[in-house]
Amino acid sequence: MSRTHRICLGGLDFIPDLSGALYAPDFATLLVADLHLEKGTSLARRGVHLPPYDSRESLEQLRRVIAAAKPQRLIFLGDSFHDPAARERIDGQDLALLLSITATIPTIWITGNHDPAPPGDIGGTIAAEVALGPVSLRHEPKPLGDGMLEIAGHLHPAATVVQRGHRIRCRCFIADDRRIVMPAFGSYTGALGIGSDAFAGLFEDYKVWMLGSRAIHRFPAARVR
Amino acid sequence: MSLPQHIQTWFAARGWAPRPHQLAVLEHAAAGDSVLLISPTGGGKTLAGFLPSLAELSEPRSGGGIHTLYVSPLKALAVDIARNLEAPVRDMGLPITIETRTGDTPQHKRVRQRQNPPDILITTPEQVSLMVADPHAAHLLKDLRTVILDELHAMVTSKRGVLLSLALTRVAAHAPRARRIGLSATVADPDALRAWLAPAGQPPVPLVMGQQGAAPNIRILKSAERVPWSGHSSLYAIPELYDALKRARLALIFVNTRSQAEMVFQSLWEANDDHLPIALHHGSLDVSQRRKVEAAMAEGRLRAVVCTSTLELGIDWGDVDLVIHVGAPKGSSRLLQRIGRSNHRLDMPSEALLVPSNRFEVLECEAALQAARVNAQDTEYPMVLKFDVLAQHVMGRACAGPFRPDELYREVTGAWTYRKLTRADFDKVIDYVATGGYALKAYERYAKLKPQADGSLRLTHPRLIMSYKLNAGTIVEEEMLKLRLASVKRRLGKRVVMGGRVLGEMEEWFLSQLSQGDTFLFAGEVLRFEGLDEFGALASRGGAREPMIPSYQGGKFPLSTYLAERVREMLADPKSWTHLPQQVQDWLSLQRFKSVVPRAEDMLVETFPRADKHYMVCYPFEGRLAHQTLGMLLTRRLERWGAQPLGFVASEYALVIWTVRDLALMIASGRISLAKLFDEDMMGDDLDAWLAESNLMKRTFRNAAIIAGLIERRFPGKEKTQRQMTVNTDLIYDVLRSHQPDHILLRAAWDDAAEGLIDAQRLAMMLKRIRGHIVHKALEVVSPLAVPVLLEIGRESIYGEAHDALLAEAADDLIGEAMRLV
Repeated sequence: MSRTHRICLGGLDFIPDLSGALYAPDFATLLVADLHLEKGTSLARRGVHLPPYDSRESLEQLRRVIAAAKPQRLIFLGDSFHDPAARERIDGQDLALLLSITATIPTIWITGNHDPAPPGDIGGTIAAEVALGPVSLRHEPKPLGDGMLEIAGHLHPAATVVQRGHRIRCRCFIADDRRIVMPAFGSYTGALGIGSDAFAGLFEDYKVWMLGSRAIHRFPAARVR
Repeated sequence: MSLPQHIQTWFAARGWAPRPHQLAVLEHAAAGDSVLLISPTGGGKTLAGFLPSLAELSEPRSGGGIHTLYVSPLKALAVDIARNLEAPVRDMGLPITIETRTGDTPQHKRVRQRQNPPDILITTPEQVSLMVADPHAAHLLKDLRTVILDELHAMVTSKRGVLLSLALTRVAAHAPRARRIGLSATVADPDALRAWLAPAGQPPVPLVMGQQGAAPNIRILKSAERVPWSGHSSLYAIPELYDALKRARLALIFVNTRSQAEMVFQSLWEANDDHLPIALHHGSLDVSQRRKVEAAMAEGRLRAVVCTSTLELGIDWGDVDLVIHVGAPKGSSRLLQRIGRSNHRLDMPSEALLVPSNRFEVLECEAALQAARVNAQDTEYPMVLKFDVLAQHVMGRACAGPFRPDELYREVTGAWTYRKLTRADFDKVIDYVATGGYALKAYERYAKLKPQADGSLRLTHPRLIMSYKLNAGTIVEEEMLKLRLASVKRRLGKRVVMGGRVLGEMEEWFLSQLSQGDTFLFAGEVLRFEGLDEFGALASRGGAREPMIPSYQGGKFPLSTYLAERVREMLADPKSWTHLPQQVQDWLSLQRFKSVVPRAEDMLVETFPRADKHYMVCYPFEGRLAHQTLGMLLTRRLERWGAQPLGFVASEYALVIWTVRDLALMIASGRISLAKLFDEDMMGDDLDAWLAESNLMKRTFRNAAIIAGLIERRFPGKEKTQRQMTVNTDLIYDVLRSHQPDHILLRAAWDDAAEGLIDAQRLAMMLKRIRGHIVHKALEVVSPLAVPVLLEIGRESIYGEAHDALLAEAADDLIGEAMRLV
């Protein structure tokens, strides 16, 4: 895991990973947002047969991150399953991979709008919110009172940089000194530009950490849209 | 079949006689044979196609299905043809019903056509596919005697033609007796078209040639102005262009891209001191706007129209007496087709003026002019065997009813376009349509096709028919956004943008790079970008004179192989330079003095240092796409060999690569062998490795995925909900490539990229051609021939006037360096 970048929140350091996961060294905890397992097969009933490999791709990626970071705890920030029937559709081999992860690392499934009730038979425990020291972990960002801090997912942020006439758009972490919104981890999850209305009012003087194909790049707010 | 009396009378009443080719077509048709008619515009081609039907339909017939199916590539053309046919049919007193069916035909009319079919149905290729996918197709087509395929040359080179060829196999299954009459402009390889047209198991159809018109009178603008070294705007020639069109009754000004059309139109309008009515016509303008321009042309209210290929096909609007071609025509056939838009009397030469936009284009225009004078053709070969198109056809076949794979395979391979389809690949396509064709069996439960006890395959849900109908067709547009005129008001201190009428559509990639306040050209005016809303983009009339953001895109059509060869020959033969303008002759003479002018069979490679970098320029003349691919592959190789390449730029004619290390030295010392650098083996692993990562593949994959029905098209208005449902095809591509790299759709995307966007076949032919024919010249400074491509460096990152000034400054330095006599 690359340790070149740090996102500081409430005096704690968080380490963004190129995969979109976020590692909290003070808690030996790995955070993953918006996995959207089985998004690929979610439209099967309508006759849309997308390549059904997205869960495998995402879970293998997760396994690689875990092997590198060796966390003692794993927390999913919601929308881990694309829909309530995802558990029924997941391929046996992919399910085995998921179970092997939750069997070895204590896991918490935070609920999201796509999975208000995550499956109960996949290991780990379920919670609506989790406190990591002074930081609240939840799916959707909430208005924050004085001194409150949060890490959330839900929005699937992406940022755009224009360089020499080329427009480069990547998934990103976006953060100011009160909040981090994580990029979506799932291999079929789309992304939403940080200039869109959904981000309005969430951040003050923010920075973004863009996930390039080989490295993470940090930019101040003025440089991106 | 002789012409029935009342048709003969009709001809005689007009003082006409049927032309020999019209009678020849009639004869073939009477014998029940299919036939191909190749004839220039204005030769009574459409009437030739219809005469056999009119003759037959003047007799009473049994049965009530469609007698003649006429297929035209353009929707607008279908409507006009119907109108143009109704008049003679009425004058001949024939009891024939004629109707059209296009994407715009309302449902109730389609239902009526099914219950009470017209004698002649005028339609488009997509509609033929939809018709045969209908369970009632047999009833409609049972009495069909003729299929007329108009502008066949334009259809066969694209996926539309491939899909049409499959639909025709279904038509033949319902109406085995129906003959095919192909109507085409002149093409390079008529035999391919004859084979394309032949029904299954039959030899290529006979060919009838129409009368050739008088050779056109083509001139190249000999400008008193300095012809630019590079660029595509042709603005230097605007005053002379304006003079030329002032002397014409109605001039068509063809350009190669929409942005060129915008630029030329705006500049002409500024030069328009006589207030001539000049209009603009291109594919992105709103349809009603285009119809208005066409009507004004027909009524003689216009003096000139600046247009793209939108006015290249179809019926004539107005009495055009001059065709001006701005920029190089890229191919001899394309030029002839465009010139054919003027003066439809075969006995009079058409008038055309070519306006090159830079010095290399002067050479290209000269080559095109010579080629056009001898009527040389360089049209593309018909497109064949596309897996995505086959997948759509299979789905359509299933919509019509259960089918047996064995029979469908036999039927499909009866089409010339699919004669080489293997059974294994056919089965993969069937498997793809049924369950996605994945190694991981996730969709067995949700299969679209299920085997029946008798071995046939049946559609599993009627809802799939609706989805097929909505997504049918092979034309995948760039993602476009509606552009509306906005009014900006201040209300309570807040900026409020209100959307107004629709101006047209623009590419999403272009609009999404704009910031509020950026100005750009559209529909002949400078607009100011105001933002995006849920309906599309908003722009206001900003009052600015200069557009800030150029919307330049490279030309869509690469230089044809044929013209490229002629340009190389011309370059190699100084005696032929006397035709060229003096300033171009001077440029080439200086090249001969300072470097070398390559022989026609050689490829020149020049190396020289400049500033602190080292440059290598080669001149394959194979078009920008092939050069771009070559650039990608060469830089990978140079990287491996330690030359430290920094970048490359490709033009239509040349490729430049610049490096940190001294290439000339590396070549002299034997560290790099040019023969090895340009070895054909780059087309193997290097190409695969590069292509797999490239964005080009993602583009072709998206097209294939839409045509094959993997993902659904986006429709205006439904976008918001659909965007949430659909998955970005780039993500799908990445995941599929890492888990099932041999999937049929990835193969389809690879084939498309190799044929189209990267021009791999052409590059491979070029590498073969130059083997043992590479001439290296190590120079101290840039050569005159290299200047144009060096000026292209950094072109895409130019914004605004300040940068233009910088570029001009840089350009002057470069030209001075090259032209300085030692």
